Amino acid sequence: MALRELKVCLLGDTGVGKSSIVWRFVEDSFDPNINPTIGASFMTKTVQYQNELHKFLIWDTAGQERFRALAPMYYRGSAAAIIVYDITKEESFQTLKNWVKELRQHGPPNIVVAIAGNKCDLSDAREVPEKDAKDYADSIHAIFVETSAKNAININEVFIEISKRIPLAEASGGTSGKGFKLGRQASESRRTCC
Amino acid sequence: MERDGHQEGEGQGVIIRNPPLEINPPADTLATSLSLLGNHMFPDQVARDDRATADTQEPGELPPSEVPAQEQHLDAEPVSNQENQLETEETDNAECQNNESTETANGGTKDDAADNDQNDSGEFVVTMLAKAKLEEQGIGVKGRSSPLLEAGTQESPALMSHRDEDVTADSWRQHRKHIFVLSEAGKPIYSRYGSEEALSSTMGVMMALVSFVQSGDNIIRSVYSEKHTVVFLQKGPLVLVCVSSSRQSEEQLRGELLYVYYQIISMLTQASISRIFEHKKNYDLRRLLAGSEKILDGLLNLVDSDPSFLLAAIHCLPLASSLRDSLSQILQKAITTNLVFSILIAKNQLLTIVQEKTVIEDTRLEPADVHLLLNLIGASSAFQAGEIWTPICLPLFNPDCYFYAYISYLDPPECTVCLLLLSTDKEAFYAVADCKRKIEEAMCAQNSLSLIAKAQSYSVSQVGVSDLRHFMYKPFDVPDNYRQLTQFTSPEMEAPYSSEEEKMRLLDLYRYMHSRIHSSSRPLKLIYHVAERETLLAWVTSKFELYTCFSPLVTKACAITAITKLLRWIKKEEDRLFIRYPPKYSTTPNPSKSSRGGKSDQQDSTDNGFLSLL
Repeated sequence: MALRELKVCLLGDTGVGKSSIVWRFVEDSFDPNINPTIGASFMTKTVQYQNELHKFLIWDTAGQERFRALAPMYYRGSAAAIIVYDITKEESFQTLKNWVKELRQHGPPNIVVAIAGNKCDLSDAREVPEKDAKDYADSIHAIFVETSAKNAININEVFIEISKRIPLAEASGGTSGKGFKLGRQASESRRTCC
Repeated sequence: MERDGHQEGEGQGVIIRNPPLEINPPADTLATSLSLLGNHMFPDQVARDDRATADTQEPGELPPSEVPAQEQHLDAEPVSNQENQLETEETDNAECQNNESTETANGGTKDDAADNDQNDSGEFVVTMLAKAKLEEQGIGVKGRSSPLLEAGTQESPALMSHRDEDVTADSWRQHRKHIFVLSEAGKPIYSRYGSEEALSSTMGVMMALVSFVQSGDNIIRSVYSEKHTVVFLQKGPLVLVCVSSSRQSEEQLRGELLYVYYQIISMLTQASISRIFEHKKNYDLRRLLAGSEKILDGLLNLVDSDPSFLLAAIHCLPLASSLRDSLSQILQKAITTNLVFSILIAKNQLLTIVQEKTVIEDTRLEPADVHLLLNLIGASSAFQAGEIWTPICLPLFNPDCYFYAYISYLDPPECTVCLLLLSTDKEAFYAVADCKRKIEEAMCAQNSLSLIAKAQSYSVSQVGVSDLRHFMYKPFDVPDNYRQLTQFTSPEMEAPYSSEEEKMRLLDLYRYMHSRIHSSSRPLKLIYHVAERETLLAWVTSKFELYTCFSPLVTKACAITAITKLLRWIKKEEDRLFIRYPPKYSTTPNPSKSSRGGKSDQQDSTDNGFLSLL
């Protein structure tokens, strides 16, 4: 069976549940007292998709502002980005829009974007209507799901959707093995800072 | 606090350094400047306090243990020192009583202030803090809003309690040691207890004190009241304040504030902090520290409970030297370009450390930097998932540049053995992660993990000295060309020091002994201290610094014999107790690139820096 390596990075505001989503996907567990990520955490998980094995190389980035400038290091060379917001926090949805903008400007040209509205188990406290988010996702041709890392809702589905959308050509090219040895793109990363 | 509590503000000394003049500020000026900040009830008594003295100490404080003791080479047998060096103290003499009259003027004042117990003076700082809080009651004490909390996920009460603490409550004021960090504009950055928002006017008062003294070309260093010592430390645009009711010396408290500063630097670098505040004086630094409060909380808990900080030395896990050597060799072989330090940690203690040759020739890895790394790893469970890649600054190594740290536990899910690889190249993750795999394979082949799991701290009973309850030994006699890390060894704290309270009490006794040994006005070489429930002996020579704790019935002669035995035992065991010769490797094809302070590195840190946030 063919093995494809897919580099995926998670972006989004602090506390929206990026690590929880990854933790649920990789370990199928949930820790309500999870600590804020420091820098970025790298994890892998291999899943079968049709007649291929997809090895997800996941960069779970820290949402804290002090690590913001490091993000290009992680999304550069990514095949897909999952941008997460918290459905109970309008502000995190605004942050998400900024991430989309940044990816469009400085990210890899063919990057697959998935938007995950996390904490959908807390719909009582919802601040971001599902329709608004869905419309926005459609307007940028992004995958859209509402997820709950806590209740394991739609977590695997996000990754399956990503598998579906990854163009076949990518498999033989850029994202495999040593392919994502990050080149120095100093000028580009500088632009993202300002 | 009651309003009249501060009406007789006699007992406090305000220690200010440079120039050596008495300050006698006109009462109305000080009162006025403070009332501008909304503190109209300021005790003007303080302004009239003519005990305020000037301390002419030079700027640039050293951590307590670096204060040089006046060495005279005490190589003779312990017994011969007994005559001229022993200083016997009575029980309950924990008040720094001056047995000799050779105190310098400023030292005398300091001690007076601390000793003046019968004078139930104003405690003006405490009063001030209380007042500021009363004003805040209107504002309310809304706790910091944690995204997790509001989302309904519960944090355990222990985790959230002191952030949401009511800063007007008595319990808040009774904390043993408060730490505040604020910006020069008076903006709160961090408070150990209670939310910064609720404390903003308290911090405003603190800043007012600092700037008032500053306006007279002076620097406020400390304020003593009956029960509290308030210590100020200004570092660049940050002001750090400690309000402590522990009986630690000012130097020790300042050393702890310095650690807090360094931990902040390790996250943001000195360069970016000054840059941020140059651009925007009233920047809210909490934006950048959000989510990192736990690291500072953890540091402060460690500082209180781990003598490593007091001794400014590393405590490594005792390990058979053959095992330690084989681990070092494994690390030595798994290298990649620009790797600078490979560190193996078990149970939050150092197992071994391998250093890059050219880098370590330039500069030494300071114990404080290692403490910050250990604290970072211990303070957050975030490292237990996956492999972490994060920028980190080692402030004593170079306060302006980042290293890139690869952090991964080798034994999930237990997560006791942690590998830390530091590189100067921010793009090196995959290469460094490869090193980890090599290390993992080699350790698996040698069954190292299960051997490490058996390693543990030792019991004082192994020394075989009956009256000896505990000790801390820090050797100096290591060949310096090995660029040795300063280390110390210490057994587990066992009965009667098994409860948290008793542990703390013993540590407090050690801290007291340490402050006497390292007193800036009158350093001592040997102290024999008979306390209520134990007897302590502290001894510093050119070869070591030693603190011992005996049962209360020990005689002086007994204690001296015991120490001779102890020193012999340590000598015999030193290969197991210490990392004897930290191994090196060479990974830099171009030495200048990775050496400290390189321009290119600095540029690099600017790229990753926080200009974008302005």
